[in-house]
Amino acid sequence: MDIIKKGDWVQIHQIVLKPEERAAHLPEDTKKVPLELWVKGFALDDGKIGDEIEIKTVTGRKVKGKAIKLNPRYIHDFGDYVPELTKIDMQLKKILFGGDCGE
Amino acid sequence: MVNRDMSYDAVMSRKNEIMKRAIGIDYDIFESGGLGFDYERMMREAGYTLEEIQSIQSSTGVGNTPLLEMKNLTALARKFAPKGKGARIFIKDEAANPSGSFKARRAATAVYHAKKLGYKGVIAATSGNYGAAVASQAAMAGLKCIVVQECYDSNMVGQPEILEKQRVCEAYGAEVVQLSVGPELFYSFLCLLEETGYFNASLYTPFGIAGVETLGYELIMQFRERLGRDPDKVLITHAGGGNVTGTARGVKKAGAEETEIVGASVDLTGLHMASDRDFNRKSFTTGHTGFGIPFATWPDRADVPRNAARPLRYLDRYLTVKQGEVFYITEALSVLEGIERGPAGNTSLTAAFALAQEMDEDQIIVVQETEYTGAGKHPMPQISFAKQNGIEILFGDPDTEIPGQNIVFPDHPSKIKVRDFDLNKAKVSYIKNAINNYGKKEIGEYDFEFLIKDTNSDEKFVRTVLSELGVKVLS
Ligand SMILES: Cc1ncc(COP(=O)(O)O)c(C=O)c1O
Repeated sequence: MDIIKKGDWVQIHQIVLKPEERAAHLPEDTKKVPLELWVKGFALDDGKIGDEIEIKTVTGRKVKGKAIKLNPRYIHDFGDYVPELTKIDMQLKKILFGGDCGE
Repeated sequence: MVNRDMSYDAVMSRKNEIMKRAIGIDYDIFESGGLGFDYERMMREAGYTLEEIQSIQSSTGVGNTPLLEMKNLTALARKFAPKGKGARIFIKDEAANPSGSFKARRAATAVYHAKKLGYKGVIAATSGNYGAAVASQAAMAGLKCIVVQECYDSNMVGQPEILEKQRVCEAYGAEVVQLSVGPELFYSFLCLLEETGYFNASLYTPFGIAGVETLGYELIMQFRERLGRDPDKVLITHAGGGNVTGTARGVKKAGAEETEIVGASVDLTGLHMASDRDFNRKSFTTGHTGFGIPFATWPDRADVPRNAARPLRYLDRYLTVKQGEVFYITEALSVLEGIERGPAGNTSLTAAFALAQEMDEDQIIVVQETEYTGAGKHPMPQISFAKQNGIEILFGDPDTEIPGQNIVFPDHPSKIKVRDFDLNKAKVSYIKNAINNYGKKEIGEYDFEFLIKDTNSDEKFVRTVLSELGVKVLS
């Protein structure tokens, strides 16, 4: 799982600015954390997750950073079921078309 | 290149030089030397004509989107309106554009321009639909594309809508550079422009904004063809101001002088846009007051020397709606009209639903856009995400909603209300910002005239504000 082969699709991570290097006038919470960057590309060498590696992005840029994921999946979805939304739907239909819920 | 100082301060100090190379517009020729500049000349000379844009857009399948009447939403609004009230509600289905939103109009002209000037690629700094639009247009044009987005908080937790934007940009073949929260995104953006020599496909160039003019123009033509008359009000979801500016200019180019231009944003008062913590406590990533007010009151904060989006010139009214209300209307659009559309367009639809109830039955109100919806960009993932972030979900009076703490669904659709944001207040802030940014103690006739035009106000109004600021007008 953690092994990266040259040519694999990898997401890397960089610290762009340390907290003390950040711009002035930031909110307190943002000031305390670094500015971070993530980008994906093809590994230019073998390695493993956690290593500092170099990738080539789809535009051909070479970027160095810490390998954090191999073939990262998209994690967003439709979330958990939200019953409140169904309640809204039933209310709307009842007001406009009449009748009871569940008819 | 090799020995360039890439530190934050060094790159920021090269900003003007980098920008000039990346955009191919010499903004200096429109400058006056003071706080004013020749806006109309910039739009004329650095943009394209309406006809040119129509042809650029039609060659990439952008524009000519359907106009749909919302008969059931209108019927619902009339249930709560006084007798004889309840305007007919229409929407322009901009989701039908190639990348699923009106942003395709802006991207089509930007990418066309980049290709014409011989750039090998384009870069856009955006977490929203514009990234998808640029990536889609770049794919058609065979240009490389990088999208720089503010995506994650410091725990690498991403807003679901922005995660979807990453996916869709990658689907169109773009490289997506993701950053944690903070305005220094601009620094990374400059580094990328310098490294690649690509075109800055800014949202705020004259041709980008002119790309939206076709929307306003088309809309008016569709009404004239179909109903033989102009709409009474156009409702426009407002964030950075390009949607309002471009649409309004197009409406005016069609000669619809009587049509009222109404902006609408989701009220996110109290949430700080640069806060790592607040970042994931909002359920809308655009079309909200966190962009809408700063950009209206100081447009030149954008990533170009002069912003072509200047909403105060065009807004007749500016309404705010609550997050819970927009989710409610999004549900209504699905179950009463049978179409599912994304969050931003539904912001102005919510305002239209309330505003229609104040208008006569034979009047027409049109929402000028929809956007695509799907995983991440939908009430269900947004509400789940809000719950995970400790936001309370309630039914009740939308006026009790506190952004970042709760989301209040109206317990009845009659509770969805019109709330006017005082545009005069925005105009006063704009004038203050202009004076402060240029450090002026006195201004000349040209700058004075400019302030009147840029706030769409009058001599008396601007003179009063200036005298309160202790600024003299030289004549
Ligand atoms: C679908 C959609 N509608 C409206 C807006 C607001 O447009 P503008 O930023 O030009 O005001 C955006 C942009 O963020 C958008 O993506």
